[in-house]
Order: sequence, then structure tokens, then C-alpha cells
Amino acid sequence: MILDGKVPSGRIEEKWDRHRFEMKLVSPANKLKYKIIVVGTGLAGASASASLAELGYNVEVFTFHDSPRRAHSIAAQGGINAAKNYPNDGDSIWRLFYDTVKGGDFRAREANVYRLAQVSNSIIDQCVAQGVPFAREYSGYLSNRSFGGAQLSRTFYARSQTGQQLLLGAYSSMMRQVGLKKIKLHTRKEMLDLVVIDGIARGIVTRDLLSGKIESHWGDAVVLATGGYSNVFFLSTNAQVCNVTATYRAYKRGAFFANPCFTQIHPTCIPQSGEHQSKLTLMSESLRNDGRVWVPINPGDKRRPNDIPENERDYFLERMYPGYGNLAPRDIASRAAKRVCDEGRGVGLTGNAVYLDFADAIKRLGREVIEERYGNLFEMYERITGENPYETPMMIYPAPHYTMGGLWVDYNLMSNLPGLFVIGEANFSDHGANRLGASALMQGLADGYFILPYTIGHFFATTKLDKVNTDKVEFKKAEEEVTSRIKKLMSINGKKTPTQFHRELGKVMWDYCGMSRNEQGLKKALEIVPQIREEFWSNLTIVGEEGDLNIVLEKALRVADFLEFAELILWDALERDESCGGHFREEHQYPDGEAKRNDEKFAHVAAWEFTGDGNKPIRHIEPLVFEYVPLTVRSYK
Amino acid sequence: MKVTLHIWRQKNAKAKGRFETYHLDDVIEDMSFLEMLDVLNERLILEGKEPVAFEHDCREGICGACSLTINGIPHGHEPATTTCQLHMRKFKDGDEIWIEPFRARAFPIIKDLVVDRSAFDRIIQAGGFISVNAGQAPEANSIIVPKDDAETAMDAAQCIGCGACVAACPNASAMLFVAAKVAHFAYLPQGQPERKRRVLAMVEQMQKEGFGNCTNFYECEAACPKQISVSFIALMNRDYLKATCSGEKHLLQTQQV
Ligand SMILES: Cc1cc2nc3c(=O)[nH]c(=O)nc-3n(C[C@H](O)[C@H](O)[C@H](O)COP(=O)(O)OP(=O)(O)OC[C@H]3O[C@@H](n4cnc5c(N)ncnc54)[C@H](O)[C@@H]3O)c2cc1C
Ligand code: FES
Repeated sequence: MILDGKVPSGRIEEKWDRHRFEMKLVSPANKLKYKIIVVGTGLAGASASASLAELGYNVEVFTFHDSPRRAHSIAAQGGINAAKNYPNDGDSIWRLFYDTVKGGDFRAREANVYRLAQVSNSIIDQCVAQGVPFAREYSGYLSNRSFGGAQLSRTFYARSQTGQQLLLGAYSSMMRQVGLKKIKLHTRKEMLDLVVIDGIARGIVTRDLLSGKIESHWGDAVVLATGGYSNVFFLSTNAQVCNVTATYRAYKRGAFFANPCFTQIHPTCIPQSGEHQSKLTLMSESLRNDGRVWVPINPGDKRRPNDIPENERDYFLERMYPGYGNLAPRDIASRAAKRVCDEGRGVGLTGNAVYLDFADAIKRLGREVIEERYGNLFEMYERITGENPYETPMMIYPAPHYTMGGLWVDYNLMSNLPGLFVIGEANFSDHGANRLGASALMQGLADGYFILPYTIGHFFATTKLDKVNTDKVEFKKAEEEVTSRIKKLMSINGKKTPTQFHRELGKVMWDYCGMSRNEQGLKKALEIVPQIREEFWSNLTIVGEEGDLNIVLEKALRVADFLEFAELILWDALERDESCGGHFREEHQYPDGEAKRNDEKFAHVAAWEFTGDGNKPIRHIEPLVFEYVPLTVRSYK
Repeated sequence: MKVTLHIWRQKNAKAKGRFETYHLDDVIEDMSFLEMLDVLNERLILEGKEPVAFEHDCREGICGACSLTINGIPHGHEPATTTCQLHMRKFKDGDEIWIEPFRARAFPIIKDLVVDRSAFDRIIQAGGFISVNAGQAPEANSIIVPKDDAETAMDAAQCIGCGACVAACPNASAMLFVAAKVAHFAYLPQGQPERKRRVLAMVEQMQKEGFGNCTNFYECEAACPKQISVSFIALMNRDYLKATCSGEKHLLQTQQV
């Protein structure tokens, strides 16, 4: 099937304005009659819930956290982009659009990206009005910095806690609406299924994490804002409980999953220190503004970094990409680090690390400036590794970080299932095959504050919705399926914990579908993953009870879905027989190791349709047309 | 290294809790405190015993989910460090470690080390916001904020909502948490129009939730992983007094739709 992204006609600058005019409106009085279910309270979910409630809709919002403020968005460090051009360095909506399409290696929908750049400025306005304490100059005006993949300064930030401050802003707006009784907040409730009635998404089934109770909730539309799936790799920079269940369950109910193999590896993370490791910690990319990345020129050089003289160091990013140097985009910087480590020049105990050195910056700017810019990151590094980065260079290595893939949505952010909207990292829309730094926060808030509130109205105004309630047979059936899935898990009585299976799966995914991939490896992984899954369903152990706070059962449900979903990633990676952005197929590279796209065959979105357990899913495509940013080889030399 | 853990186990809110002792022989210095508990939990599961329930998520010191009172101190003895950022190299071979939940009347225990901190959300709901709808905002640089004020606002806004301040306070007071939010907005021009109503609404909710009063022990500041200053409490008290004297009513919760 050829999917239609429903991009409005007209010149790209006019599309969103015209579309807003052409969309049907819901009158203020009628808005009060609709109920919207929002799952997720990260930047996307919180901003959407607040904005929808402000418009008058009734909203019920769900999170598995104890408080909406704990959503993974809270951990974003570096910043948020906008095309304000405050530094007067030549930025514009057009340039932000251009950079994002190019940065995504030409696998995103142009019209969506242009709209994102257009609304970026309103996001900053909104956040400032909410009281987000962005960094400022002595003049009192907002301060900007540059961030991976951009040659200008368009990133707004609040120390190294930008995500926290933006989320607290969205959360406070949302809580205001909870107080006004426009939003009903459900915490510690995990969505375990989507309910579709007559082809329209009409509700969800949740498990109460304290009582184990399985409940149904109906709505006139369902919005998923449930984040990304990097934890399929087990070790990633994501928070511990991030998982794929919500979007994967929607996929099993008929929503198409787009580009699942587009995963991003972040170049600056603290390397793994042992088997016990539960997560990898990101060191904000902003560090690459002042830090210089290097390894010894000679393989096997075991001297301490400060004992290696200047002429025996290879500042490989500056050497390979003189135009961007240490600021080369994430996928490029990550692969370069892997390459030098594969050459035996990696450092640290495992040889899987490179240095990020601030000695020059401290000499140039003084320790105080560095402390002001990165103080808390340096402290965090020291707490975790026990080493002081003011004196010894940091060690870093790439780690899974972000997932560009997600549920397929059209220009209105609606999936192929009518009534199911998907926003934030959970959808696939704007970042193509690689996301630029500081653009995820922008996208989540754009979706929630300024796009979904309009497009969802158009859906209501143009769709006849029957009255439903949770007594409907579809709800009962979904509840029963969830209950029997849980019963089945509880009764296996095997010998391995959910974490053991998760770790095994993660290793396979990292080895065969991580920073680089090839046909043979992917085929091998497609053999191993089903074996792990089979063992999971026959040798898993869960202790405790179903009707209680049960952390083992929670984890088992999530791992069960990862074990199925992993296969979808592998299929997608195998069939996308080209390299692009974060998807690097070793068979397709230029002699210097750069990714080689195949635009003739793959300038499209791959959207997968579920066809039953054990069956290979069907791959649909949405062709991508590049009218405004000409297809070129993405070069950062 | 080897450690002995005495961990508070409690089946549910109504059950009686008690300490149970566990010995771990294979702790590695580079492990975080929570990774050490992960190791214990994996062992317990394989022995068919219920693992210790504790809260955590980001493991980067920012989400505020992790808690634990370790050897009597919320988040343990390392200053300015959340439990998830505490590493085992800060302990010695042979150490005995006592692990309890954050204790406070307003934080009822749910199970083992998990407590209910939703009172904090209700305090924010009562007034911890600026009432601006999406779309109303003026151009960002039309609001000028002196850098020092922005920095001070950020010092306060850094609060991660973990509740260590409450757990550390002999009166289980939430003053530092509330003051941090009040101060964050009080230092910004955007926060001025609702300044009085905000402080009244938040303080009233705080009292309703059953948090105690502040009698200047300053244990909260010492326990705060983000080192939020008690000076914000003084600011809040001044604001509160001014607001009550001016006869302000906190009708924050009105909106036209
Ligand atoms: C360490 C780190 C640093 C980052 N730094 C930056 C940065 O500097 N700039 C930038 O632009 N981006 C950054 N990112 C990326 C960015 O933070 C995320 O992409 C973004 O915050 C995702 O927001 P979201 O709202 O889509 O999802 P999330 O914030 O992940 O929220 C998901 C929500 O869904 C809920 N949920 C999920 N599944 C279920 C379920 N089944 N049932 C109920 N609730 C559910 C969760 O409880 C949560 O509330 C960073 C990411 C990481 C990991
Ligand atoms: S787990 Fe997030 S602050 Fe500790």
C-alpha cells in the first residue's frame, strides 16, 4: 500500500497557514462534549494535555510514574532549538528547516519539518511566559549556544537541565488544569492495550501498578505520547522504565510502525564499567563545544592521557571533518569513535572509549567559564567515575539514545487508525534517519502546544463518533486478553528473571543492529531473537502476586513486548538495503566510510503492518519528495 | 567488597514493617547504590523471594523518583547526591548499611521502600504555576530578566521534587519544597501578577496535606540533593505575611472556557 501523508498543497511556507484555515473548527460549546485520552506526561503529553484542556476539551491523562513530573523528558540536558536568530548569525525558519532535513539524511517529510521550524519560535515564547528560567546574558536577554550539527547558535538552555525546566513548565500548566477539573490525572497506571471499535481508536486498557487492577477507559480520541524505545538495547541513556509497550500494542491493533530501524546512538556517554551496569549516562553534547575528542595515534598506547604528547594524539573529528570538527552530527561522530576503537586505539579498561579533553578550553577561557558552562556535568562525571575532568580528560563512548522511528502519522499527527494521534518521540515524523541535537524537545512541545490542539479538532469536526462506554465487547475482550497475558506470565515458573532476558536481547541488538549493521548479522539476529523469546515464555520466573505492586511482573510485561518488537527493528534494518543517518549498513558506504544512501530505491518511509503473531509483517511505503531541499550527499567535511 | 544490608520490608500500607538483613559478597566499587540493590533483587527473585520494592527511573539525579534513607540520612551521606548517583566506592568493605523509606506523615508507605509523594503534585496543582495558556505568550525577548535574577530563579527551580527535605525534617515540613517553587516565580517578572495568590494557595494546600511546620532545623537544606537554600524559606514567609496582610484572596482556580 502507498501511504498518503496528507500534506496540504501549496508552497511550503504557506502549507500550515492554509491548512489551519481549511481545517474544520469545533465550537467552544461543543469542545466541552469531547473527552480525549492522553497517555504520557513527558513534554509531548503534558503540553498536549494542558493545551487541549485550555481549549475546553475534557482530558484524561495517564502515566505509569508516581508523578507526571518524572517523565523521561526531565533528563534532557543540552537545550532546545528555535529559529529566533537572536545572535544575528544568519538563522531563519528556512535554515532550521534545511538543517533538519539534511541532518535527517533526507528521510523526513519536508512539510512536517518546515512546520516544526515555523512553530519553534512560539515554543520559546510560551516557555518564557510560563517562567522557564532560560540562561540569559547580562543584558537580561536570552542567551544561545550552538549544538551538534549546527554552525550557528540557535539553542536555548537552562544550565544542563533544559528538559527538566521545560517539563516543569508543561507540568505546571497541566496541573493547573487538573485543579480546574478539566484534566483527570491517573498516575501509576500503565497502558497495556489499545481498544479499537469500528476501526476507530476509542480507548485503552490499563493496569493499576499498586493494586494490579485491569481497567478500561474510553475516549473520543486517544493520544499516545509515550516516548521512545531505546531500551530495546537494554543499556541506553534512557530512564529505566522507558519501554515500547504502548506503541507496540497499538501496532498490534493495526497502527503502522514506521522506520523502526532508525535509532540514534549518542557519541558522548560514560563508557560501561561492568556487567552490573543498569544504564549509560549521557554527557550532554554541549560538551563538544569546548571539549576536543582524541585518541592516541598509536594502537595500544597505555600511557596516562596527560603523558601523551600533543604530536602523538589524533584529534580525529577535527582531522576528518574540518568544517564541523568536534561538532559533527551524532551518527557521524559515533561511527568515527567506533572506527578508531576498532583500530585498537580506544582507551580505558575496555578499549571502548575515547577522550574528551577540556585542557585547551580551560587554558583559553579559564576554569571559571568552564565551570559555569558545564559545572554540574563535570560533577556528575566525577560522581560516577571517580575522576576529575578538570584534570584528566573525560572518557566517552557512544550509546543508544533516541529513536527516530515510531508510529506512522500523517501531517495531522494521526496514525492510519482514525482517532489515534501520536506525538513526541513516540511518532516517526520529523527527524528522518537522524535527529539533530536539541530538536526532540522542540518537536515534543511543537506537537503538544501548537499542532495537535488544532488537528484533533478537525478530526472531531469531520468524524461521526458513536457513543461508547467501557461495557462494549471490544473493551471486555481487550481486558480479557491482558488478563490472560498476565496469568500466562505468572504461571511459567521458570528459572530466569526478566532482566536476564532483557540483557540478552540488548546484547544481540547492540551487536547486530547497533552502530553498524550488515545483512549477515541481521539475519543471524533474526534467528537468535525468536529463540530468546521462546525461552522467555518457557523459562521465566516471576515472584509476588498479580494484585499487588509487583516490579517483576511490570518488567516482564515490558520485556515480553521488547522481545517481539526487536524482530520488527531487524526486519526493517534488513530490508532497508542502504545506509542513511543512524542506519548504517556496512555494505553501503563510500571509500572513506561515509553512509551511502540509495535515493532511487529508498527515499521513502517504511511503515509496517502487523499481520498476526508469527507472521512476517507487511512493509508499506510512503514516498518522500524533496522539492525544497535538493537531495545531496550529506557531507560535513 | 562485602556489605551487610538492613532493609525495611513492609508488605503494604497497613502491614507492620521490619528490617531484614541481607549479605552481599560481590559488590563492585563502580556500582551505583541502586545497582547494588539490583544485584540483591536479582538474587532474591532467583531464590523465589520477593525483591525489595524501591523507586527509581532516570538514575541521573534529575527525575526525583529515587528516595531511600540510608544510615539515617535521606539519599545517604554524600552531600548534593541523590541515591541513584551514590556509588559504592563511597562505602567500605564490611560496612553495615541501614536502608529505610522516606518517612513522613504526608508520605504514607506503599510497600517496602516505596512511599506516596503525590501530596507534592497537589501543592503544585494548588498554585505552582503561571496562568498562561498556549498561544498567549508575548515575544520571548520582550520580557527582560536580569541575569542574576534568572540565575537565582534557576537555583530554586532546580528542585527535583524527591521529598528528601521532608524526610530529613524532624517536623516533616515541606517548606523547602514549597519555598523553592514560590521563589522560582518570585524572582521572575512573569511570576509577579499572581505572586500573592500563589503563596497563599500553596501554603494552604501544604497544611492540608499534613506536613509539619518549620522550626529552623535546616536539616532540609543539608539533605537536599540540589542544595536548595533555606533562604528561600525566609522569602516565602515574607511573601506569605505580605499576602495575608493585604487581604489577598487566592482565587487562582478560575478560568473562562
Ligand atoms: C539523557 C537524555 C538527554 C537528552 N537531551 C536532549 C536535549 O538536550 N535536547 C533535546 O531536544 N532532546 C534531548 N533528549 C531527547 C528528549 O529528551 C526526548 O526525546 C523527549 O523528551 C521525549 O519526550 P516525550 O514527551 O515524547 O516522551 P517521554 O518524556 O519519554 O514521556 C513518556 C511518557 O509516557 C508515559 N508512558 C510511556 N508508556 C506508557 C504506558 N504504557 N502507560 C502509561 N504511561 C506510559 C511515561 O510515564 C511518560 O510520562 C535527551 C534524551 C536523553 C535520554
Ligand atoms: S532515579 Fe531519578 S533522581 Fe534518582
